[in-house]
Amino acid sequence: MRTAAKLQQNESGVRHLHVVGKELDVEKVRRDFPILSREIHGKKLVYLDNAATSQKPKIVIEALSRYYEQGNANIHRGVHFLSEQATGEHEGARRTVQTFVNAADASEIVFVRGATEAINLVAQTYGRAQVRTGDEVLITAMEHHSNIVPWQILCEEKEAKLRVAPINDDGELLLDEFENLLGPRTKIVAVTHVSNALGTVNPVDQIVEMAHRRNIPVLIDGAQGVPHLKVDVQALDCDFYVFSGHKMYGPTGIGVLYGKSALLDGMPPYQGGGDMISSVTFEKTIYNKLPFKFEAGTPNVAGAIALGAAIEYLNGLGMDKIAEHEHELLAYATKLVSAVPGVRLIGTAEERAGVLSFVVEGIHPHDIGTILDQEGIAIRTGHHCAQPLMRRFHIPATARASFALYNTKEEVDTLADGIRKVQEVFA
Amino acid sequence: MADLRELYQEVILEHSKAPRNYRELVAANHKAEGYNPLCGDHLTVYLVVEGDAIRDVSFQGSGCAISKASASMMTQTVKGKTRVQAGKLFDAFRQLVTGQANGVEAELGKLAVFSGVSEFPVRVKCATLAWHTLQAALEGQPEPVSTE
Repeated sequence: MRTAAKLQQNESGVRHLHVVGKELDVEKVRRDFPILSREIHGKKLVYLDNAATSQKPKIVIEALSRYYEQGNANIHRGVHFLSEQATGEHEGARRTVQTFVNAADASEIVFVRGATEAINLVAQTYGRAQVRTGDEVLITAMEHHSNIVPWQILCEEKEAKLRVAPINDDGELLLDEFENLLGPRTKIVAVTHVSNALGTVNPVDQIVEMAHRRNIPVLIDGAQGVPHLKVDVQALDCDFYVFSGHKMYGPTGIGVLYGKSALLDGMPPYQGGGDMISSVTFEKTIYNKLPFKFEAGTPNVAGAIALGAAIEYLNGLGMDKIAEHEHELLAYATKLVSAVPGVRLIGTAEERAGVLSFVVEGIHPHDIGTILDQEGIAIRTGHHCAQPLMRRFHIPATARASFALYNTKEEVDTLADGIRKVQEVFA
Repeated sequence: MADLRELYQEVILEHSKAPRNYRELVAANHKAEGYNPLCGDHLTVYLVVEGDAIRDVSFQGSGCAISKASASMMTQTVKGKTRVQAGKLFDAFRQLVTGQANGVEAELGKLAVFSGVSEFPVRVKCATLAWHTLQAALEGQPEPVSTE
């Protein structure tokens, strides 16, 4: 509850969080992540691929093994001790998530495999029920494939139209154009909170307001938002907010769909099976209440519990301190890397979080990735599952360094030195 | 860095910067597109095939240094070869870059500079993309080939 109180105090929105008390002790934090002491190719690991997946603190790894060693049982149906205990821990994790994003009720938190599954769930339930021939779904030009393809599938089935709000050369959403695309046929808006390829932080509060003025619900893809920014779904007033556990120091295979209960209640189920029912006959099934209606089958119990542990860990450090540290790191990296001759940043939005995407003149990102890897530096190279975005910038790919709470300025120095080494190889 | 020098040999870097036969062949009677969805490499191979012989060959596209150099050197190597000879070269090249080379270096000639790729398994697809595309062009596959 101490955590909840702390969250309430800082309910000033999602961006520009202020440091309260001491700064993040990064050296201490690094010791919480066993993998960070690894060497790769004889060099100290510099892990800068956090937008793909973050590393896990010991507390999360232990939550997984403790569950399997001491607590494993199926949930929601056993009368025996272990089943009750596992159910309690699983539902406790749900409440931890609820508090973390400040949802009004724990039943608005649906556990899924990840952000991708959450978007597919909404497209296939809410979308299929609401979208008709000639209707429109509005996304932006900076979406990850996971926030494009599920809507394409839906639009194809319904003969609806997928509209795409454009961005400028800095990688910022053109808000006026976005608003112009909101029309009487727009049935849902789906936008990313933070771009995985550019780092752009979208003005989601304004987006929600514009859409709501026309009674259009908004889904926010928060896969890259939640790890870096404090998120308050009630303050945002978004209708759906989705994210993945593994990008926020939790395990893979667990993620969250937040939805307003009024919307979730009216949606048909996604998958049928056990746990999502309250009674079944061969003639008729009555579905379970929220959130279980959307959680068919035995869920990822260990994953949910470990995600809860990851959130407790983040709460312990303070999302405001994390955001401040990462903001500083990104500013430092932006300055240092863009100062290397021949380097061009892709994505220069005023509001960015966690991601530094760049290209180097005359050198393909794939080659950059291989050479940096030899230096122990892990970055991502390629189209970052955002091929339409790459086309927008007329490039096949970028090199992307993405940051987490445990990254340091020294690591950014190593990255900049590494880029110069890449240039030496190609000189 | 020793491994890196093996991978990025001078010849490879030079070909990647100034690829040979890098143009569209207007007279081409065979052509295919190759695509590596993993990294977005994309290239087109053009061929003039007369009977059994590859009379002319060229390519265009974008990709990393390894894929570009491989395409460039492939065009130099297969020009004037028969289909069967080109197929045998591809087999030998694949063995080389996957580390299963067993005395194929001699057969491959200059292409042996790609032996360093075998130390970098994720780059094998970069090195073989042009060859897969060549094979598709020879077989006249209508769909773009993919390394996946």
